[in-house]
Amino acid sequence: MSNGRPSQLFRNKSAKIAAIPMIVTALFVFVGGTAWTVVYSFTKSGLLPRLKWVGLDQYERLWSTNRWLVSIENLIIYGLCMLVLVFVIGFILAALIDQKIRFENTVRTIILYPYALSFVVTGLVWQWILNPDFGIQSIVQGLGWESFAFDPLYNADIAIFGVLIAGLWQGSGLVMVLMLAGLRGVDQEVWKAARIDGIPAWKTYIFIVIPMMRPVFITTLVLVVTGIVKIYDLIVAQTGGGPGVSTEVPAKYVYDMMFRANNLGQGFAASTMMLLTVALVVIPWAILEFGGSKNRG
Amino acid sequence: MVDVSPSTLSGPQGPKPRKVISRRNIFLYGTLFVVAIYYALPLYVMIITSLKGMPEIRLGNVFSPPVEVTFAPWVKAWSEACTGLTCDGLSTGFWNSVKITVPSVFMSIAIASVNGYALANWKFKGADVFFTILIFGAFIPYQVMLYPIVIMLREMGIYGSLGGLVIVHTIFGMPILTLLFRNYFTSLPEELFKAARVDGAGFWGIYFRIMLPMSVPIFTVAVILQVTGIWNDFLFGVVYARPETYPMTVALNNIVNSTQGVKEYNVNMAATIITGLVPLTIYFVSGKLFVRGIAAGAVKG
Repeated sequence: MSNGRPSQLFRNKSAKIAAIPMIVTALFVFVGGTAWTVVYSFTKSGLLPRLKWVGLDQYERLWSTNRWLVSIENLIIYGLCMLVLVFVIGFILAALIDQKIRFENTVRTIILYPYALSFVVTGLVWQWILNPDFGIQSIVQGLGWESFAFDPLYNADIAIFGVLIAGLWQGSGLVMVLMLAGLRGVDQEVWKAARIDGIPAWKTYIFIVIPMMRPVFITTLVLVVTGIVKIYDLIVAQTGGGPGVSTEVPAKYVYDMMFRANNLGQGFAASTMMLLTVALVVIPWAILEFGGSKNRG
Repeated sequence: MVDVSPSTLSGPQGPKPRKVISRRNIFLYGTLFVVAIYYALPLYVMIITSLKGMPEIRLGNVFSPPVEVTFAPWVKAWSEACTGLTCDGLSTGFWNSVKITVPSVFMSIAIASVNGYALANWKFKGADVFFTILIFGAFIPYQVMLYPIVIMLREMGIYGSLGGLVIVHTIFGMPILTLLFRNYFTSLPEELFKAARVDGAGFWGIYFRIMLPMSVPIFTVAVILQVTGIWNDFLFGVVYARPETYPMTVALNNIVNSTQGVKEYNVNMAATIITGLVPLTIYFVSGKLFVRGIAAGAVKG
């Protein structure tokens, strides 16, 4: 392209000016900010960031802190349950709605509306519904089953599942919509062919339709996983991390270390671990999706 | 009646199909009915709890409908509920949220649409590199960038102000919005752009006179996406705002989870539903466009 004209830099000037916010954001915030945090995670920063190197000390301390270990454990439990259930529920709902039903719009609207609500609202509603004195537990007990106990938000062993219930309620509509879009994208001829061959519907779904929906599944997976790693507001609103530390999550650990405990180094190390977790999912996906052929951006 | 003899009809003929109340349909509609009830229940609980008095709440359970409807909890939640130190309810938070959301939505869309337009029609060398970084940036957990941005805002002297929050929302809305607009502008016929170029229109001329008027639907989608997203934000509000500039979600959390005093569940639920009202209204009014927004954001990512 270069033809030796001196004004190469100023060609297409307006477009370059228009792209300045993008360039600044990409370089200074996304790359610069991330690099900054990673670098400072190797320092002894406390109340203020300072470049006093301590090697991997922050990480060693992080991994020997009980609260962080509980956070990771919770993230794994919540994440795996969420991942499996949100896909199963989302897909089944999408398949049911795809049966050319009446009132399709109404049903879809009802299932998706929680997604429009914030995590704070979601957490607070479920905090109230799961309240042992007035909520589900008291209702079932009122029906005559006196010994019935279901108080996930007050029982440390199952508290994270109380959060899971709320998370599923909020997020499954999104998966349903994406799956429905995927199902609608499948050629109807496939269904006709399967019916002619006498293949039962469930087999058609599992062996023909779902493999055909691979791209939708993968993008949904990436979305759900990044959402799980970021989970923060739901916890803060619904349980505040309690009872005890039983519902702590990494994102909350980061916030509390950085802005409450004046322990920046721990916050940086913990957030770097979060970055690593996401990278483990996103990078293979990116290589799979864009690595082979460079036909789209 | 119009005279239509059977012989003139060319459509399908034969007896009217029976309405099928098959086992399949009972199962299908039965399941969907139960599912719909389950999803709708929390909204119902929010509303009825917010309309009950405290004595009634203590006697009943979360699902029992109010015997005596009262709007006092709504009034209290709006103007009197306490958030730790102050007792002026959600109203301050609401107006803060408005002051944050309106300029953030405007700024993020203005910047991202021009940017997407530049990427679609005026591609320059290296543009794709920055765009790729931007898209990957969307996956970086916000926690990683929280503190560097605190420093940047502090250096600029706007840490804790509404302006700082607007910048933060503009930055983090950029990846998804740029993608949305770039894809949309790429899908427009190129002849249009070329014809305008031949007629002598420049970068901004084409943007304002051709692209903008043709892109009303995508702008609507972007507005819906941003208003709900920014209104519902909690993390940026709690990190980059001060108590007097806290958005509504943070104020709500402080009201409900403040440990002082007797818990007033009806006021809490009234506050919760008031906070959810803006995105809910947008959702129920916009319908398909909302779905298009998340689908565009998700499937094309």
